[in-house]
Amino acid sequence: MSRAIEFLFRRRGGKGWHWTDIVTWIWLIVGLFVMFGPAVWLTASSFKSPAALAEFPPTILPYVTQKVTVEGYDKPLDLYTVTLDDGSTATLAEIRRIGTVSQMIDPDKPAEIVKVNIAKRTPVRQMSFATENYTEPFIHFDFVRYLWNSVFVTVTATLITLVVNSMAAFALSKYEFRGRTFAMLLILATLMVPLSVIMVPLYSIVSALGLFNNLWGVILPTVATPTGVFILRQYMLTIPDELLDAARMDKASEWQIYWRIILPLTAPALAVLAIFSVVWRWNDFLWPLIVLSRKELYTLQVGLSIYSGELNVQWHFILAMTVVTMIPVVLVFLFLQRFITTGIAGTGLK
Amino acid sequence: MGHIKLTNITKSFGAIDVIHGINLEIADGELIVFVGPSGCGKSTLLRMIAGLEKPTGGELLIDGTLVNNMPASDRGLAMVFQSYALYPHMSVRQNLAFGLENSKMPKGEIDTRITEAARMLEIEHYLDRRPGQLSGGQRQRVAIGRAIVRRPVAFLLDEPLSNLDAELRGSTRAELAALHARLSATMIYVTHDQIEAMTLADRIVVLRAGRIEQVGTPMELYNTPANRFVAGFIGSPHMNFLEGTVEASSSAKAIATFTGGNRLELPVAGESIGNGARITLGVRPQHISIGSGTEGIPARITLVEALGSETIVHTDVSGQKILVVAPGQHNLIPGTDIRLSLSEAPLHLFNEKGLRLEHAV
Repeated sequence: MSRAIEFLFRRRGGKGWHWTDIVTWIWLIVGLFVMFGPAVWLTASSFKSPAALAEFPPTILPYVTQKVTVEGYDKPLDLYTVTLDDGSTATLAEIRRIGTVSQMIDPDKPAEIVKVNIAKRTPVRQMSFATENYTEPFIHFDFVRYLWNSVFVTVTATLITLVVNSMAAFALSKYEFRGRTFAMLLILATLMVPLSVIMVPLYSIVSALGLFNNLWGVILPTVATPTGVFILRQYMLTIPDELLDAARMDKASEWQIYWRIILPLTAPALAVLAIFSVVWRWNDFLWPLIVLSRKELYTLQVGLSIYSGELNVQWHFILAMTVVTMIPVVLVFLFLQRFITTGIAGTGLK
Repeated sequence: MGHIKLTNITKSFGAIDVIHGINLEIADGELIVFVGPSGCGKSTLLRMIAGLEKPTGGELLIDGTLVNNMPASDRGLAMVFQSYALYPHMSVRQNLAFGLENSKMPKGEIDTRITEAARMLEIEHYLDRRPGQLSGGQRQRVAIGRAIVRRPVAFLLDEPLSNLDAELRGSTRAELAALHARLSATMIYVTHDQIEAMTLADRIVVLRAGRIEQVGTPMELYNTPANRFVAGFIGSPHMNFLEGTVEASSSAKAIATFTGGNRLELPVAGESIGNGARITLGVRPQHISIGSGTEGIPARITLVEALGSETIVHTDVSGQKILVVAPGQHNLIPGTDIRLSLSEAPLHLFNEKGLRLEHAV
């Protein structure tokens, strides 16, 4: 711990502050807010009630106005700290508000009504986590089904991505054939074609194949990725050809060379691609939205859009479910991050 | 089993010809060494025999079968690579078993063979380790073990010792020789190290620029090199060469003038060289002795390397560097003038084209 602190507070200027130290600190602090701020805001807001979300100015933490049940009133009343005319303060409950005047009572003496200008009262607030934002979608919406659809799409698409892309990368890195460079360039060139350009033809293909309203229609068009082929190919180029020659002398077939030699040795790059693929497929929104029109086939991201209706956006549910959908991606990063750093460094890709 | 015949083998990479018509016959059980400077095509030749490269022309026969189009896996050969090429993600045992599993051998038989090879190579204790956890020498043994368990028709070894340190190289070289004696299998060994070639080979094939310069036993190559290249390549330190012109020749002798005006009487069949022909005289450093008095060629010492058992004397003979290896220890000082005597030296004569001139020594 002390070493970590020592590391964090290390300065170039030794005892004093070099100007680069100051720039570094400012840069990193700004970076921390820019990168981490939205995530913190999202998580904190997901526990807010709809009223607290609509509040202005917004708060980071979820606060609610404290309520009290008073005899003679059906509903719980909001508690306020009031500055009275004599300058003293008291905690009163609001019965109703008329214009700028609020009618309030002391919860201990419900009979006596006090009229207070609304400028002279501030709500008594306490932190409260609206966990129903999380529980309700599970109970009342088809969250579990959406989750299953998302998991199915993500896992299947990732597995197929790994197999298909590694096969392509194997051929492009370890076999000499006419047009190899051209094939590689062609694959890389598809990086420049955005989804929005090919959306319509892709849709007609998927539709013609009868994959409309089918999870496979979401999976199959996404499995071959130029990025994946590129990452794996660059990594496979570093595997010495002598290993393949040795395997050939060892009577291994080309398939065995791929499956038993190349794939295990490409594991770090495969891990990187797996992470990317999981994140891509999990966060995919537009394509599933196009292909899937039946509610029970929705993936999480499409399902989330249900909460934003035409007239009314249920932000509290959207925020809470967004947090839930973030969890798998965060977990993947937590457990596989060492592969990301070594893998990305190893592929020479940034 | 293990008879390999190469007839007029050629190989081109695109427009570049790397092998120009190799003819060679390797007998069963022979340890043959391909030696030559880097880029001479010796590894390419080995890879063609292995089946990893396809010859552009010619015929390659293993035990009488034409194998030009046979894939590497069916030729029954085993190869030891320069980098060992052990599968890094498999244990030593799996490395040894990989080739046997691929040929669908029963598990019991695989285990027997691995145990046997491991005992022979003293790697029993490392069988469950990964190659990354082994030292260079141990990896080398595993690489050889992977070849042995296959019981191949012939072993192909591509510079197997070049990644070892000098001491280990010496001991492994001896072990390889012992292994060859025990297995009595055909071995083709590629190296650029002529000491390995001399110590291991039954026969040496000296290659240069894709052509065979000479094939012969180590002593044939050492004693009667067919040309100037072989003469310079075999032997350490390499042979001294003196350029000269024939002045007078008779049926038994020729007088030639060499750099600096040194005249030497050479035993040669006179008819074969005419007066004025340019010849090269080759003398091994070990065969030159340091003369006394006014006999021999005058030379100046430039450097003395005393190795204890022998002394390597660098001398300057009228601007040309001549090495002398004198057995024992000598108290010689750089800068002093000495005389070099060739009177007892076997002389090698080469004509303008660098080909050996036969003569009576």
